Amino acid sequence: MIKTNLNINDLDKNLLRDLDSYIESLEDPKGSLINVLHRAQMLFGYLPHNLQLYVSRKLDLNAAKVNGVVTFYSFFTEKKTGKYVVSVCMGTACYVKGSEKVLEKCLTLLDVEKNEITKDGLFSVKDVRCIGACGLAPVLSVGEKVYGHVSADMVEDILNKFRGDENDS
Amino acid sequence: MKMAKIKINNIDLEVPYGTTILDAAKLVGIHIPTLCHLDLCDFGVVNKVASCRVCVVEVEKRNTLVPSCAEMVYDGMVIKTDSLKAISARRTNLELLLSNHPFECLTCMKNLDCELQSLAQELNIREIHATGKKMDHPIDTSSSAIVKDPNKCVMCRRCETMCNDVQTVGVLSGIDRGFNAVVGTAFHLEIIDTSCTYCGQCVAVCPTAALTERNDLPNVWRILSRERNHVVVQVAPAVRVAIGEMFGMEPGTISTGKIVTALRRLGFDAVFDTNFAADLTIMEEATELVHRIQHGGRLPMLTSCCPAWVKFFEHQFPDLLDIPSTCKSPQTMLGAIAKTYYAEKIKVPSHRVKVVSIMPCIAKKAESSRTELSKEEILNVDYVLSTREFGNMIKEAGIEFDKLPDSEFDSILGESTGAGAIFGTTGGVIEAAVRTASEMITGETLEKIDFESLRGLEGIREAEVQIGDLNLKIGIAHGLGNARKLLEAIQRGEANYHAIEIMACPGGCIGGGGQPYHHGDQNVIKKRQEAIYKIDRNMPRRKSHENKMVLKLYEDYLGEPYGKIAHELLHTCYTPGEKI
Repeated sequence: MIKTNLNINDLDKNLLRDLDSYIESLEDPKGSLINVLHRAQMLFGYLPHNLQLYVSRKLDLNAAKVNGVVTFYSFFTEKKTGKYVVSVCMGTACYVKGSEKVLEKCLTLLDVEKNEITKDGLFSVKDVRCIGACGLAPVLSVGEKVYGHVSADMVEDILNKFRGDENDS
Repeated sequence: MKMAKIKINNIDLEVPYGTTILDAAKLVGIHIPTLCHLDLCDFGVVNKVASCRVCVVEVEKRNTLVPSCAEMVYDGMVIKTDSLKAISARRTNLELLLSNHPFECLTCMKNLDCELQSLAQELNIREIHATGKKMDHPIDTSSSAIVKDPNKCVMCRRCETMCNDVQTVGVLSGIDRGFNAVVGTAFHLEIIDTSCTYCGQCVAVCPTAALTERNDLPNVWRILSRERNHVVVQVAPAVRVAIGEMFGMEPGTISTGKIVTALRRLGFDAVFDTNFAADLTIMEEATELVHRIQHGGRLPMLTSCCPAWVKFFEHQFPDLLDIPSTCKSPQTMLGAIAKTYYAEKIKVPSHRVKVVSIMPCIAKKAESSRTELSKEEILNVDYVLSTREFGNMIKEAGIEFDKLPDSEFDSILGESTGAGAIFGTTGGVIEAAVRTASEMITGETLEKIDFESLRGLEGIREAEVQIGDLNLKIGIAHGLGNARKLLEAIQRGEANYHAIEIMACPGGCIGGGGQPYHHGDQNVIKKRQEAIYKIDRNMPRRKSHENKMVLKLYEDYLGEPYGKIAHELLHTCYTPGEKI
């Protein structure tokens, strides 16, 4: 079993302040665990164990319960992600339309394993369950941007677009 | 009450709305197999998650089978529990549960005491058609009390219900998803790194061996085999009303005399009674209470005999560490006395005296390894066996327990009173304390020894006892969730008690995590409680301060109750812990 960092003091104080003010704005913080986790992941990029522990103490919930929720939903990640998270849908519709090939292509082009970050820190790739856009199958998303009817051949252009964004900024 | 006319397997019956199909079927002698279901409602413990799908039945006009443990009846409902469709669905569901279960039955701690195993036999499983990947989780042996083997987990969630809803310890939850899903700790921490109290209620309700106690039998056999050791054994009050169940005797059978004979035959050099130490605990605890009341000390005073409760308040209420009594638990008091006073008496160096405890409890195992419960780096207690392990030891030695003659505990640390006996049930410790504190305060003999108002099984009870001019206000809680409610009331300044008794397990030690498995039958626990009070009624002496050997111990060795030597040997301190 793993020894893990549970030291809350290692967390970025400014980001915690933002998270705290979000929690304070909620009517029922204890009943809004998923919303709070969403916000925490948005702020920190991922949900390390010490952040989960922080949330559990803040909302007065058991750490095991919080960790249970985080590990249940594929949207949440306990690992640091790239700046752009490439999510390939593996729901039934996307899968039968060949999303596995799309996923393979992403991993080959970026030379990473699933959930691993590229050397330049720009990308990480993960598979997700149905994102509710079956009509567009197979679907791939990068950050908030969704691409439909994607084939393996289109992956390179899509990724380059984000590389381009990075160079522009 | 609104009634529903229903038909089960062509039998007509009328039951109140709100009854489950499972309970209705029981009324007409129809057994439906269950696995995840657990109903100890009189102790506030109900697990109705309907996750295992082993209890499915057919309901007319319904397309799908329904879980009978969770489905309520309605007027006109027609149910088939024995149709081929229902029976084969149950079998398939069980086969799927078995398909990734390790087939280690022959060497498993739960062999012949496993609900999954019994169910496979009951449903006539002779072949498992689905084969696939097996789970490969690490086994957690980090603590000295509980072993957690997630590979044997069937996700029934009983442990989770116990840990979260009943005990409010909150260490266990469903973690991860899909094939990797398991009931585990936060971040897969080892149990020793969590705020687990080791109450063992998860073990008491686990249908398989996913949660068991650490097996200390090899250690005990080993120390017994060394000639140079003088091995002392003690037996807790709740063991004697439960051990018989492992040998086909009725729950609630009192087997004190047989236990003593068995322990002598097993080769223990002296057989002592934890009830003696319970009387000793009362001498200290009642004195401490009277002292706190008369000298304006911190009130309420909370009992401290239950090691799971101690661990609970250390982690959950670290700001209230000055409330509990500083008294050690009876098992460690006896250990401390055995390795000092008794060792001197028999002229054996204290490191050669080994103390084994037979306890209804798993937390006692963890307690015995707490380093502050020691003297000159020698732990007060060396090994703790649960009632179940003790039963296994008797079987291993080929002793026919039910045929054993009775014998008496050894002297010095073997005499006890009825007050010591009732330590095994919720309400018992405080009743014993009241019997003694009352005579200490008034100096008069109690007319009525039985304090009925302190007894019962409600989760939280309160009572007032008039002692001279003092109206002593008492609170009692069993189950840690109930304890939490009382503690929170104290924090809010709403609770106005002088003394509070807390026991971690529902029912007290009689329902302890180390007792023979009750397999969901709450009457077993009730019968054990009746037996405890029966032992008390039949004792010639029923007040701790009338225990002649305890008085002799003070005269010969300890001096005053709550005095200097008593403090050194019989009292302890607490350490704040983290909540995780």
